[in-house]
Amino acid sequence: MDADTMQTVAPIEIAQPREAPLSASGREAVFVTRGLTVSYGKAPAVSNVDLSIYRNLVTAIIGPSGCGKSTFLRSLNRMNDLIPAAKVEGEVHYHGQNIYGDGVDPVEVRRRIGMVFQKPNPFPKSIYDNVAWGLRVLGMKDDLDSRIERALTQAALWDEVKDRLKKGAFGLSGGQQQRLCIARAIAVEPDVVLLDEPASALDPIATSKIEDLMHELKNEYTLVIVTHNMQQAARVADMTAFFTLERTESGGHGVLVEYDETPKIFTQPSDKRTEGYVTGRFG
Amino acid sequence: MSARVSAVPSTTAPSLSSRRRLGDRLGDGALHGLTAAAAAAAAALLIAIAWKIFDVAHPAISKYGFGFLTHQGWDVARNKFAALDFIWGTAVTSFAALLIATPVSIAIGLYLSELAPRGARTVIASLVELLAAIPSVVLGLWGILVLGPFVGQDLEPWLHRHLGFIPLFSGTPENAGILVAILVLTIMVVPIISSICRELFVGVPTELEEGALALGATRWEMVRGVILPYTRSGVAAAVILGFGRAIGEAIAVTQVMGAGHGIHWSLFATGDTLASRIAEQYAGAAGLQVASLVYLAAILLVISLLVNLAARLIERRFTYQRTGGS
Ligand SMILES: Nc1ncnc2c1ncn2[C@@H]1O[C@H](COP(=O)(O)OP(=O)(O)OP(=O)(O)O)[C@@H](O)[C@H]1O
Ligand SMILES: [Mg+2]
Repeated sequence: MDADTMQTVAPIEIAQPREAPLSASGREAVFVTRGLTVSYGKAPAVSNVDLSIYRNLVTAIIGPSGCGKSTFLRSLNRMNDLIPAAKVEGEVHYHGQNIYGDGVDPVEVRRRIGMVFQKPNPFPKSIYDNVAWGLRVLGMKDDLDSRIERALTQAALWDEVKDRLKKGAFGLSGGQQQRLCIARAIAVEPDVVLLDEPASALDPIATSKIEDLMHELKNEYTLVIVTHNMQQAARVADMTAFFTLERTESGGHGVLVEYDETPKIFTQPSDKRTEGYVTGRFG
Repeated sequence: MSARVSAVPSTTAPSLSSRRRLGDRLGDGALHGLTAAAAAAAAALLIAIAWKIFDVAHPAISKYGFGFLTHQGWDVARNKFAALDFIWGTAVTSFAALLIATPVSIAIGLYLSELAPRGARTVIASLVELLAAIPSVVLGLWGILVLGPFVGQDLEPWLHRHLGFIPLFSGTPENAGILVAILVLTIMVVPIISSICRELFVGVPTELEEGALALGATRWEMVRGVILPYTRSGVAAAVILGFGRAIGEAIAVTQVMGAGHGIHWSLFATGDTLASRIAEQYAGAAGLQVASLVYLAAILLVISLLVNLAARLIERRFTYQRTGGS
């Protein structure tokens, strides 16, 4: 992006600044998006999102299927770069720096902003090497063993795998694999961890383990979680953003409807659409 | 189950007898029989070919035994034959061709699956695969007309000048010889290996690639740390398939290798492979020479079958790994 286009992008309607909610007050905003629109080809998947994500909080993103939750999340660490058709407009400020600005290296962005995916995706390597791989790649090779133990402990997996670290990761259950992926993501000491429906493929016990984990992790990290499970959002999130699909003649695109403290979203939402969704009156 | 419930037979019970037309049913049976027959015929043919080869080679096998494999020399005038020269020629040309072709093919596969502009990928991929469609006799002709003179007059003198202290590059440059054969074989196997590699790399699950990149890995680190390990056995199987192709090639090698004898360290020397020797001499051969040539064929057959088997085993292991074995 050259200086000219930067200038035309910058003043994009900065929608009415929301007053920072209570739990966020005094907290540093890790992300501030301005007029963020992500399109696949011509059609926008999510449009004109202004949202601030605060440090050491869990922020949940909820909304009906197809409203662009994953798309939004993936735009926060430039994972959308990998999809050739995806186009990002607007700005995503990470600690004040536009990650889509000039001279920003997506590799550096992703190194600070980790991601856990919906489907557990361990590498076809041993449990140990799954966690070690990122550390080795990023040159964090000192104290490898203790870093790995720490990450696995933080991910509440250590006790279950400490005797089989050299065994293949595919031998783990789905829930264990997902916690391994979380361990892998936090081992490299990111600043933010993005989680896209991390528990949707898991049974209730594994799910509750992951939820407990999020409570632990937010002391050290900033977490953003996409979830379909309303109770889960209510249980783990401090802040909740509700997205919905806005129908237009040419299909529809996702918009941010409401963003507030989680209890408020679930008990006294200010938008009818939010209310409909959280009370289950929404398709 | 309670008897009271099941006591009344339903009048609308679905009929389970076939309602298909007779033709369909016959077709099903015919398909079954036909495929079974084809499979049996293939197996029978393989056995028949192997039996015939060993039968015709029998005079040479009983005369020379396994010593045939470990001795040098092929003297038609004195009616003395042995295979080691050609086993050597086959091994050197095939291994060297694979040594060049493997990294080149992996690079092409990676380029086409990960790096090339999306629009150009399929076009370039089909062009590379088209290389494999060139009849080997045509490639051999090109070897004689273009590659041979280039190797004999430019490449070999250059190698000799700069790397002549290595025995491989000593000797007198020739327009035909081992090096030309190696290059021709390389051109033949690169399309095979690279197209398999490309498919393997494309088949790596996106989730794995994203998992690597989300950790802050560069594309190259992702290739090295995830794509190559994930496809390792598949690539190995592809290389072995290429090997099978290289050892079996007769025509093009005959055209460019110069029908030499002996075991030389120099790649400039002429030579022969098992396959090319058979192609050159069978037409004019008689007596023990025929049996000896067919003995060469038997050796080639056994090696080829083993190579194919190895590729299959490795491929099986590969599928096993991908589906969750550790
Ligand atoms: N790679 C892609 N290429 C083209 N269109 C895409 C791609 N990924 C998503 N989309 C489209 O973008 C829109 C938003 O998709 P997205 O996956 O972000 O929704 P979501 O809210 O995460 O849905 P879900 O809850 O089902 O995961 C959808 O209409 C989808 O079809
Ligand atoms: Mg999604």
